[in-house]
Amino acid sequence: MTAIRNILSRWLPAYALLYVVFLYLPVVFLPIFSVNTSPSPKFPLAELTLQWYRDLPNTPALIDATRNSLMVGIAAALLSTILGICAARAITRYRFPGRRAINGLIMAPLVLPEIILAVSMLLVMLQLGLELSLVTVVFGHVLVCIPYSLSVLTSGFEGFDRSLEEASADLGETAFGTFRRVTLPMVAPAIISSLLVCFTISLDEFIIAFFLTGTEPTLPIYIWGQLRFASKLPGVLALGTLLLVGSFLLLTVAELLRRRAARRTQNAGGAFA
Amino acid sequence: MPERSQNDRTMIEISHVTRSYGAFKALDDASLVIREGEFFSLLGPSGCGKTTLLRMIAGFDNPTSGTIAVDGQPMAGIPANRRPTNMVFQSYAIFPHLNVEQNVAYGLRRLRLGAAEEKRRVEEALAQVSLTGLGKRGAHELSGGQRQRVALARALVMRPKVLLLDEPLSALDKKLREQMQVELRRLQQAVGITFILVTHDQYEALAMSDRIAVMFGGRIAQVASPKEIYQRPVNRQVADFLGGMNFVKAEIVEENGSSLVVDTLGFGRVKTEKPKAFVRNGGGATLGIRPERLRVLWDDASSKFEVAGRVIERHYFGEITHLIVEIPGLEKPLSVTETNDFGADDIPVGAPIRLAYDPDALVALAD
Amino acid sequence: MTAAAEGSQPLSLGRRQRTSLLQSEAAQGFALISPTFIYALVLLVVPILVVVAHSFWTQNYLTIDRTFTLENYRIAVTEPIYLDLLRRSLWISLLVSFFTVVLAYPIAFYISFHGGRHKGLWLFLITIPFWTSYLLRVMSWKVILGYNGVLNSGLMGLGIISEPSTALLYNTSAVVITLTHAWAAFAILPIFVSLEKIDRSLIEAATDLGDGPLRRFLRITLPLSVPGIVSAILIVMIPTVGDFVTPKLVGGKDGVMIANAIQAQFGKGANWPLGAALSVTTMLVVTAMAASTVLIIRSAARMAR
Repeated sequence: MTAIRNILSRWLPAYALLYVVFLYLPVVFLPIFSVNTSPSPKFPLAELTLQWYRDLPNTPALIDATRNSLMVGIAAALLSTILGICAARAITRYRFPGRRAINGLIMAPLVLPEIILAVSMLLVMLQLGLELSLVTVVFGHVLVCIPYSLSVLTSGFEGFDRSLEEASADLGETAFGTFRRVTLPMVAPAIISSLLVCFTISLDEFIIAFFLTGTEPTLPIYIWGQLRFASKLPGVLALGTLLLVGSFLLLTVAELLRRRAARRTQNAGGAFA
Repeated sequence: MPERSQNDRTMIEISHVTRSYGAFKALDDASLVIREGEFFSLLGPSGCGKTTLLRMIAGFDNPTSGTIAVDGQPMAGIPANRRPTNMVFQSYAIFPHLNVEQNVAYGLRRLRLGAAEEKRRVEEALAQVSLTGLGKRGAHELSGGQRQRVALARALVMRPKVLLLDEPLSALDKKLREQMQVELRRLQQAVGITFILVTHDQYEALAMSDRIAVMFGGRIAQVASPKEIYQRPVNRQVADFLGGMNFVKAEIVEENGSSLVVDTLGFGRVKTEKPKAFVRNGGGATLGIRPERLRVLWDDASSKFEVAGRVIERHYFGEITHLIVEIPGLEKPLSVTETNDFGADDIPVGAPIRLAYDPDALVALAD
Repeated sequence: MTAAAEGSQPLSLGRRQRTSLLQSEAAQGFALISPTFIYALVLLVVPILVVVAHSFWTQNYLTIDRTFTLENYRIAVTEPIYLDLLRRSLWISLLVSFFTVVLAYPIAFYISFHGGRHKGLWLFLITIPFWTSYLLRVMSWKVILGYNGVLNSGLMGLGIISEPSTALLYNTSAVVITLTHAWAAFAILPIFVSLEKIDRSLIEAATDLGDGPLRRFLRITLPLSVPGIVSAILIVMIPTVGDFVTPKLVGGKDGVMIANAIQAQFGKGANWPLGAALSVTTMLVVTAMAASTVLIIRSAARMAR
């Protein structure tokens, strides 16, 4: 018994630490090798340089891909968050037949192989005679973003005490005033959080973009193209590092907002806690 | 507590209100008049329709049929935000993103009173609920009791004609609840606004109200003062809900307009007031007597009205003792509560015992 | 007040609205969710039906012959290449799910039971790597496992090996390592959630009834966390089969998976019906595998009691 307790108290934290190292291992090598003068990534590092970063703005293809990705990301984030708001509000506030089944269908892309999603959408779009473009990529990204948006928003909307809106009406506020003064301030953090999460997913998404894009590449597709050339690797690493930092910042903000939203709505029923 | 004289002006008139959900009737043909300045309670078990009725007065629900008027004005078609009523919600519904002051000022903002007047009204409301100085507190820094006070101040600051309270004390612990009962009653006396309280706690209703409506299964069973509700419940259900009651079977000997004469095995022949809802059902009737209205007769004391029996159980409750007494002829033993100042806690189980009663305490009950 | 009939209703009911409230609440809820629902129908259900339809058709150069045929399925399940690929893909996804869940369980357990006030921070820490570009993470593993890679140079620097090992990259284990890493967060989160839901007094009750730490873990914690394990497996196993980036970058010849073949049919191979049949077959087989894994775990949990 004491042996097991020992394992729990001593080895579990050690394991946890090791696991985190495993998780971060590939992530830390991106920035490390991105400042290495030698194009092949190996230790010991040759010399430190910011050359690869300086080259980035001078690569027109990269600039184009970045612009494409930003446009796709913003469009996908807006669209999936709007659709997510509708679904999350319906699920947290109303009871209706088929609620669970519909929720399951909307969440399904989370547990389906992306390649299947990608090729099936590709087939339909080609059948419909749609020209593959950034627009079709947006459609695909929205499908995979909605489950994440829905999760974030549901956790923000859940526990939103309906009596708060009633209290506002009771104190003389109109429906619109209630929405502006009570509902919106309380769910805004969850909405922003959903926008950020969806934007990040879209920015990094490769498989669906790979199938659904036309002639304009998004960033991951640009990176995929570069990966074939060993000499381009440091540039890719530099770009990857920037993306990493960007994603990290966005997600930190998203997480802080989500927590604030959750704390607020949970506190609404705090008297019963 | 000083009794405030109430005028007889009608504040709320509910007539023949029914609220149905498909085949289920949450409220079934309820009619009620609540007077200005009254502290009125809707009392009943959960699901009895009391909250439905309160929400219909507030405007969050609409009657399927029937009408509700507040201060003479019919409420049909008037949304919640334009009714002269305000509500203290069961969960308090304190806006979590606003501090105490902002919560209290929430409804005033629309009245455009100007900053100074608004501030004065908020201060005044906070003072009324003893929260002076806590205006800048965040919503999640408040205790349960404080949240309740904020909810109260937020509604009172609107100077409503009627204040609606939906189980406002149910989330508080026992001691705080009892303290708040006294405070709420005092506050109501001070501001003179009509209060309508929804509660499932009979002691709360008895302690605070001018009048009580007892409800069961969507119907109003009895409307009366606390004392009358407690002492002269109209039927077994009301009697039972408001505390312990001994039920005694009786045979009707004589029935006229306002009184009944019945024969019982234990209590002999009794003349009693006839309840309004009384419907004769064969020759039988039920009498009820509260356990504390039966007194132990010590030694050779005697009473004009007494029953004799034997103690079969004794339960000690600190200031009182609860005796179960078997009476020959009665099918069920009687519950008796006796204060302990004469040694009721020392009566041995099995001992013979005599109980005195006031025949007025025996009430006839409809089934 | 808990009775359903006394529950609160939406504010916006007109006074003349005499329809049953439950009905109109249902209608409002359904109206609100319908845009999202329709989106999922149009971009998920319809496309999958179209894929299924294609799998029964034939490709004639640039046109599709819409006569019903099972030929594509015959090829998909009899051609040795596809059979091999399918078998290997299933094996890899089974291994990946196994390692992901087994490695994730202790960490989820640690966060849930010993995370204290920092649970949120731990979860955030664990999800961060998952949010970085998938492509770049796979790439990074290539850098770590490669001939001149970090691991080799590290091991050589420490004097453990004298020349770089080629056994690290371009094989099945490289694919398994990379995917185990890629899906870690997806396994930790559901297991963590199910562990969080366990009422701690149940564990105290087990202790009170004489169970030691190991026994109460096996008899209380583990069985009650089965739902988390099950969803972790579902969420890892099925999508893993469909990955073609990892096999292509780190898998070498041995690591190629069925998704690479599907991708080829929709790309250069240009045989949509065959690609569709391969997709459908893969989906069915992996779903069957996931379902039987779940069944085995559930019955094992039942027997453990």
